[in-house]
Amino acid sequence: MSNAEIEIAVDDPTAPEENSPSVTSNRAVDVAVSLLLLALAVVLAWDNWRTGASWDSTGPEAGYFPFYLSVILGGASLYGIGAAFLSSKEAMETFVTRAQLRRVMAVFVPTLLFCIAMQFLGIYVASFLLIAGFMRIVGKIAIWKSLLTAFLFSAVMFVTFDIVFDVLMPKGPLEAAFGY
Amino acid sequence: MEALGLLLHGFAVLLTWKTLLLMMVGLVLGVFVGVLPGLGGPNGVAILLPLTFSMDPTSAIVMLSCIYWGALFGGAITSILFNIPGEAWSVATTFDGYPMAQQGKAAEALTAAFTSSFIGSLVAVLLITFLAPWISSFALKFGPPEFFAVYLLTFCSFVGLGREDKHKTVIAMALGLLLAGVGMDTVSGQLRMTFGSTDLLRGINFLVAVIGLFGISEILLTMEERLALRGHAASISLRTVLAVWKDLPKYWMTLLRSSVIGCWLGITPGGAIAASFMGYNLAKRFSKDQDSFGKGRIEGVFAPETAAHASGTAALLPMLALGIPGSGTAAILLGGLMVWGLNPGPLLFVEHKDFVWGLIASMYLGNVVGLVLVLSTVPIFASILRVPFAAVAPMIVVSCAIGAYAIQNAMFDVWLMLGFGVVGYVFKKIKIPLAPFTLALVLGSRAEDAFRQSMIISGGNMKVFWANGLVGTITTLAILLLFWPLIDRLVASFGKSTPPAAKVEA
Repeated sequence: MSNAEIEIAVDDPTAPEENSPSVTSNRAVDVAVSLLLLALAVVLAWDNWRTGASWDSTGPEAGYFPFYLSVILGGASLYGIGAAFLSSKEAMETFVTRAQLRRVMAVFVPTLLFCIAMQFLGIYVASFLLIAGFMRIVGKIAIWKSLLTAFLFSAVMFVTFDIVFDVLMPKGPLEAAFGY
Repeated sequence: MEALGLLLHGFAVLLTWKTLLLMMVGLVLGVFVGVLPGLGGPNGVAILLPLTFSMDPTSAIVMLSCIYWGALFGGAITSILFNIPGEAWSVATTFDGYPMAQQGKAAEALTAAFTSSFIGSLVAVLLITFLAPWISSFALKFGPPEFFAVYLLTFCSFVGLGREDKHKTVIAMALGLLLAGVGMDTVSGQLRMTFGSTDLLRGINFLVAVIGLFGISEILLTMEERLALRGHAASISLRTVLAVWKDLPKYWMTLLRSSVIGCWLGITPGGAIAASFMGYNLAKRFSKDQDSFGKGRIEGVFAPETAAHASGTAALLPMLALGIPGSGTAAILLGGLMVWGLNPGPLLFVEHKDFVWGLIASMYLGNVVGLVLVLSTVPIFASILRVPFAAVAPMIVVSCAIGAYAIQNAMFDVWLMLGFGVVGYVFKKIKIPLAPFTLALVLGSRAEDAFRQSMIISGGNMKVFWANGLVGTITTLAILLLFWPLIDRLVASFGKSTPPAAKVEA
């Protein structure tokens, strides 16, 4: 194969390594999810039973439909647990490797912090911090590029939503200081 | 012929500068999300949906559907130039598209991909133009039992025909229906499954769930991969385009076959992914020179792309005519319709003629404009990939958060979105399908209302679902489809065992 004219190349400096050890198998996650769903099904079934899951003169009560759905969900989850234990080696495949998990956390944790920050700083300041921080730390992109991109994006979002389309977003002290 | 007149009226609705501009914006954004790794049609539409909240419904749906066409076009670019399918339905395009790019025929491959996408959509749009009004006028006679039967048919066909483990499809669907039921019960006014929370009182908003399931979870999944890219740059000259188009008639059979497969799988919930593979495999099987497939044969690009687009477009047919989405993206568009205060279903064709025919006309126009746009701007879009994912990812997160918040101005929804993001990530990894989950979420309360109204009509007698020929046929068909895998196995074992020996199956 001739790859002579490769013209676009982008690097990924913090890519997960190929040979990272496995954290957990698909089977383990499968069983855990099924158990959680089973628990959810029991709670919902109980709640709907309390609401009323039988028939009265006008047809089914409010809890009728969801009650039987909870039963179906619970049944399918139970079946899922059984199937996960009986299934062959396919289920033993790696769910996520340690390096992958680290990378997933590298997005998830900042996103979580972003959602928390949004309530205090407003969405635009929080998004500036998220974008600049993420580009710098995860992407290893030059600091001025990170700051500039983050500023431009947040500014464009502010103008688009707050000024042009009049969509109200949570705002914080900075916007208040400018009178918005 | 009435359809033609209405279609012309639709074009008249469209041809304003504002709408045309929105179309262009939608297409560019769509190609953009289609090209970016880990983002595709449903994600793009879900993330960009909030932009349209302040528009009138016609402009909004035109822009959203253009995002969808754009994403369908964009998926092909990365498959061919980088061997990275931007979408699951572009996987089959890489088989022959990337080898072509390696042989220096990237421009031909791209032209072939875009052209066949266009042909696929066109066939499906023609089908929609003439079939949708007919189906909807037929569906106008439907009462609650008929509608419930149709919903049941949709749910059952997902379980019976889906390729995932059956219990996982059932889990996805039951969970979706349950979550759709959270909040105030529309018939009795009672509260259900709120556990005293005032935030849950409003129910779980479908679009918030979708933004989490498709936006946030996709970012998490994409980050697992190594995101370094190496690929070919390409520009398409008019000469290449004309050369490929001149050869087009030679492949009419492949194009036709793939279009038919695509339309069929798009209307039934089979999806574009299955359609693209089936299109490719059939083209290969019917070819005289099977070995040359996978080594850069242009038919190997034509076949899957035509099928994928025909299917992606045809998925809008049941959405428009019956209010039942044929794909994940169609489900999201349906959710959008409700936000704009339109009630999806056959009445749309009567009450909102402007809207429906504007949308159908925009399918024609959007695909023509889209074809010209991608053919002329491929180099620009390919270079989007130079933007590192570390810059794109946080921007998508921010867009998702803005979208989730904007729907009901509630911080609770942002947390809900994050939760759905995690759920989507885990579900995708353990192969609990998201399409039936989304479908159940969007149709849940409508299905329940239809069921309970039927029960009120009949006084609680289940026989109402077999009360006349029509509803009886649909209900029976639904139940048959639900048990289709079992029936299929029985039939197969009969077929195998009866001819040689007189062995009777129990």
